Amino acid sequence: MSVALGYVYLGTALLIILSMVFMLVRLIGGPTLYDRLLAVNAFGTKTVLFLCVFCFIIDRPDGVDIAILYALMNFIATIAVLKFFNYKALNVGLMRKESAEVEK
Amino acid sequence: MSLFVTIMAAAPAAAEHYVASGPTIDWLALLRFVGTVLSLAGGLFFVMAGTIGVIRLPDFYTRLHAAGMTDTLGAELILLGLIIQSGFSQMSLKLLLVAFFLLVTSPTATHAIAHAAYKSGLEPFLGKFKAPDLDEEV
Repeated sequence: MSVALGYVYLGTALLIILSMVFMLVRLIGGPTLYDRLLAVNAFGTKTVLFLCVFCFIIDRPDGVDIAILYALMNFIATIAVLKFFNYKALNVGLMRKESAEVEK
Repeated sequence: MSLFVTIMAAAPAAAEHYVASGPTIDWLALLRFVGTVLSLAGGLFFVMAGTIGVIRLPDFYTRLHAAGMTDTLGAELILLGLIIQSGFSQMSLKLLLVAFFLLVTSPTATHAIAHAAYKSGLEPFLGKFKAPDLDEEV
């Protein structure tokens, strides 16, 4: 049964890689910036899933820590890029109204 | 090679045991196997459906809908299948952490992307329906 389970993990990993390749197609050929951002976000989520399945394939539980790291970094990267393209800067205060008053 | 030798050495004893006691099936392992396969298949269905949606749908907002479905239900189902297989251990705790972070962060990221696209004036394809006013205060 564990042999069959290995094939199940392998098929799952291959299908996740296939969907990552399709996400790369959208990332390269996306018409707008937001399409590319969406593709990057989905690609990161699929990377996390692939890492988790890969840890089961090679039977070492260490890589799930890296998967946690990827999940958090993916979110932070998406929010940072969005903030940069909204405000054209990264050091914008969180309280927008107060900073506007300070500028006056 | 050594595994092969071990299996071949153990085979006659195993065959005698099988003949003596009848077929013994580990029902719990079988149940876990079936649960894992069903969960992984469901998760892969959602992941592939979302991928095909991202490739083929005509508009940014519809693509966003497909990707959001992939990020939540597909990811959670695949992680659930792995958790079923890993049992009650440290591995399943880490996988639960991954599932929790994905469940919190990916809808937030999807919402942030949609909000930023809407604020920047990207208009959706709406056919015969009218788009909401872009100048409206959000």
